[in-house]
Amino acid sequence: MDTFVQQLINGLTIGAIYALIALGYTMVYGILRLINFAHGDIYMVGAFVGYFLAFQLGFAAGPSLVGLVVVLIGSMVVAALVGMAIERFAYRPIRKYARMTTLITAIGVSLFIENLFVARLGAAPRAFPQLLREQSYTLFGNAAISKSQILIFAVSILLMLLLQWIIFKTKVGTAMRAVSFNLNSAKLMGINTDAIISVTFALGSALAAAGGVLTAQYNPQIDPLMGIITGLKAFVAAVLGGIGNIPGAVLGGLLIGLAETFVVGYGQNVGIPTTFRDAVAFAILILVLLFRPTGLLGSTVQEKV
Amino acid sequence: MKRISLALLLITSLLFAFACERKGGPGVGNGSGPIVIGYYGDLSGRTSNFGQSTKEGVLMAADEINTAGGINGRQVTILSEDDEGRPEKAATVVTKLIDQDRVVALLGEVASGNTLAAAPKAQAAKVPMISPSSTNPAVTQVGDFIFRVCFIDPFQGEVMAKFAANTLKAKKAAIMLDFNSPYSRGLTEFFEKSFTTLGGQIVNKQSYTQGDRDYKGQLTAIRSTNPDVIYVPGYYGEVGVIAKQAQQLGIKAPLLGGDGWDATQLWELGGDALNGDFISNHYSVDDPSPAIQKFVSQYQGRYSKRPDALAALGYDAMRVLADGIKRAGSTEGTKLRDAIAQTQKFPGVTGLISLDAQRNAVKPAVVLKLQDRKYIYQETIYPEGMGPEAAAPAATSSAGPVAAANSPSPK
Amino acid sequence: MPILVKRLFAALLIVLLLIAMNQFMSDQGLFGFGVPPYYGRVIMLAGINVILAVSLNLITGFTGQFSIGHAGFMAVGAYTSAYLTVYYAQVWERSLAGLVGVTVAHALIFLFAILIGAIAAAVAGLIVGIPSLRLRGDYLAIVTLGFAEIIRIVILNIDKVGGATGFTVPGYTNFLWVGIFAVLTVVIVYNIVHSDMGRALVAIREDELAAEAMGINTTRYKVLSFVISSALAGMAGVLFGHYTQFLSTNDFQFIRSFEIIIMIVLGGMGSLTGAVFGAVVITIMPELLRRLPGDLSQYRLVVYSAMLIIIMLTRPQGLMGTREFGLSWLKRPQRRPEGDKPVGETKGVPIAEQSPVDRSKEVKPR
Repeated sequence: MDTFVQQLINGLTIGAIYALIALGYTMVYGILRLINFAHGDIYMVGAFVGYFLAFQLGFAAGPSLVGLVVVLIGSMVVAALVGMAIERFAYRPIRKYARMTTLITAIGVSLFIENLFVARLGAAPRAFPQLLREQSYTLFGNAAISKSQILIFAVSILLMLLLQWIIFKTKVGTAMRAVSFNLNSAKLMGINTDAIISVTFALGSALAAAGGVLTAQYNPQIDPLMGIITGLKAFVAAVLGGIGNIPGAVLGGLLIGLAETFVVGYGQNVGIPTTFRDAVAFAILILVLLFRPTGLLGSTVQEKV
Repeated sequence: MKRISLALLLITSLLFAFACERKGGPGVGNGSGPIVIGYYGDLSGRTSNFGQSTKEGVLMAADEINTAGGINGRQVTILSEDDEGRPEKAATVVTKLIDQDRVVALLGEVASGNTLAAAPKAQAAKVPMISPSSTNPAVTQVGDFIFRVCFIDPFQGEVMAKFAANTLKAKKAAIMLDFNSPYSRGLTEFFEKSFTTLGGQIVNKQSYTQGDRDYKGQLTAIRSTNPDVIYVPGYYGEVGVIAKQAQQLGIKAPLLGGDGWDATQLWELGGDALNGDFISNHYSVDDPSPAIQKFVSQYQGRYSKRPDALAALGYDAMRVLADGIKRAGSTEGTKLRDAIAQTQKFPGVTGLISLDAQRNAVKPAVVLKLQDRKYIYQETIYPEGMGPEAAAPAATSSAGPVAAANSPSPK
Repeated sequence: MPILVKRLFAALLIVLLLIAMNQFMSDQGLFGFGVPPYYGRVIMLAGINVILAVSLNLITGFTGQFSIGHAGFMAVGAYTSAYLTVYYAQVWERSLAGLVGVTVAHALIFLFAILIGAIAAAVAGLIVGIPSLRLRGDYLAIVTLGFAEIIRIVILNIDKVGGATGFTVPGYTNFLWVGIFAVLTVVIVYNIVHSDMGRALVAIREDELAAEAMGINTTRYKVLSFVISSALAGMAGVLFGHYTQFLSTNDFQFIRSFEIIIMIVLGGMGSLTGAVFGAVVITIMPELLRRLPGDLSQYRLVVYSAMLIIIMLTRPQGLMGTREFGLSWLKRPQRRPEGDKPVGETKGVPIAEQSPVDRSKEVKPR
């Protein structure tokens, strides 16, 4: 039983990270119908920005809560700016073009960021400084939860509530919802759609960066290619929950995290090698596409001619 | 259709015209100019840290040799090519190095997969190739022009199994391997074999892939089977974190590993969680022996970081090659091959290197304990048929009372 | 001359040319001239890349479905054929050689291996295509990406084909084979594009909803195009494996799929000559860049991705757009639909962008 609870905790932890990243995907898709391939790399950028901030501001020396907060917020801000820059310079000019063009551009941006980091920083993994005094708390039996896991839960929930508040209780949020409903009508209503789109990218990127810093506390190994697989799985999470649907992204993230952990933890008993961990996400994607393409919480969108 | 065919014809003829050459050209240059040696490795891809480390070792050795006057009066030039970590490119760059750059010998590659793709080219062209760190047995089986200066998997896997069973008296072992890595799988295979022969039992086997963020799923499963030791024959990037997460899960059993653990980042990632773990290695960077410390401090001075096992192996590979060239008195393929094959007891920083009939390096392995960011010598394990007199420089120095107390004295 | 005779004559000519080139590429050379092994290797790889680029062009360029897992189908073809040639070829050769002689036996076995490789890849294409092509949207991209990764993982798990170490494979490929199949691929794709099916595919690319409304079974055509494209990629895989004589899953990572994408983006996604051109350029480029000083080669991938972005921002139709080779681009551009447009156009002009309504022409109600 305690193993089960342990796996549960593990699964929800990585699920929370997927959820944070999936939110960015879903928000951007909701507004622009664009899969922002580069989003997973923002997660990586967040982790690296946090890494450099920690060293520059001297927090790398030892664990400190202040350091953690500063690094977290700092990397979120920088990532938001990066996200907005990408939107402004790579996506906005081709917004009117065919879907394929924007897709290819998105891939190009993603690869550009990854390879730039590899070329400048090397592909070798680095160790993110320990900003949290790590400790494990036993729940019962063998099941333990570590401080970094608690941190991930706490911060994710906080950020998601914050996002919820922004979207439903502020003018900007209402504008975002309007734009995702129908971009042209929103424009007619006088909403500055370009600005709203920028804000969406900024929010999504900030969340992804937070995910990056939090993961780095949990697993200090950061490298320029860490965003690829994680980003892909987060995208599957967004699709699972219903792309364009915000609670769906959270649900999808948690489900993918759990599915992955349980396949790894118990899969051997039914003959699934643990290396199929990543394949789980894709298997889920195929199943979703086959049986419920709009996702768990999504609704069918009528495509107007 | 006509226009397409026209275009195709145009492109193809341009290609061929450009590539054309007269057949039956001159052979490999042999005279008195600089000795051109080719190095190939992953310099820009996912495993570029390995390729770069090895290259750094090779370059440092080459510079040392040149400063000391070169080999037989000729200076050494290293031409390095990037294979991006892809076997197809490895074969392409080796073809280029042999064919276009007329190298007299090749150094590379780190990953057995890439070496296996490229080695047949060297063998066919009769250009000797020394791999610094490809550990798969199949590599040297490609042909008699292919050598290596590192252990092969069967040996290293066995080393840890022996240590676990004989010294640590472990009865149950679990394994956590890097699934994508032939190195890790090779070590696992032979560890399993040896350990069970010695009476032990493998209670659980889990795997991960490089880039995984989370190992708790596998570690939890391992924890439930209560092993005495856990063999983790992977690379430092993941192992550091595995050690940490194992500690978080309350796993008390020591982790065992191989030379893939050896890098400064291991400590940065794993911290104190690594205390009490053991690895098999060619040498120890903390070994006080003068030869090794000289190497470490020179490397540190040149590259501002401590050398890892790959850099040390690259360094030795270059020096073994240079030694071969010196003894052969020539850079002609077959002569050089014969000279290299006769390498016996060459004093490398990674041990006394002797090449056996299969062109693999026969040298003892040291088992080291990880404690407080240092490696503490435990014992030396010799290959079959080799005794203490063939001990590496590392093994002949004891590293303190702790080591001497619980290790069989190699003297 | 009747068309059939003309075609046969052309085919014969091409085959003779290829045989000459093959001899040229071999060790003995042709009339004392030959090709250094290094260049020979680049040419062979370029030929294989031509097959890959042209086949990807069918599904991505002509049908407008973004597939980024082409390497996966290549791998399927390579490994299935390798399994055959490594484990069964000897036996078959012995029995066949008695009947038809060694060379013909070799050729037949290799032909069979290519066939099996293509079929296996086609089946894989079917499995991947059916769930994802039913839907409109960008799901195919993600699914193909995931599929390619999964195929790699699955192959890694199969020790009989080398697992993580790699698989040594007999060397059946030579330039003649590559040449013949490259030409074959171009002919096949050309014929598809210029047939009714081709028109349906382009219609799907331009506006899927409208195509569906016109009665075209979009799913059927998309899947068909995808399966053909995958089969051709599998073929390329067979040729590749039996040329490099060593198969490792590291040769089929995402980077390879990406390189093929760059080839057709550069050349122009709606153009066959563009695809061929792109394939050749991208194969040669890394080799040219090697001559650059110092560590600039590290930035090669950065340059590729930047190139991709810049092309998309400035000239998304690539070099050739939807045109084939010819001098027609020198003429004054006519207002033809397949002209100098970005691949596909948006559905109409957004409301806010339209020019102000010209009230003078307004029809006043009676």
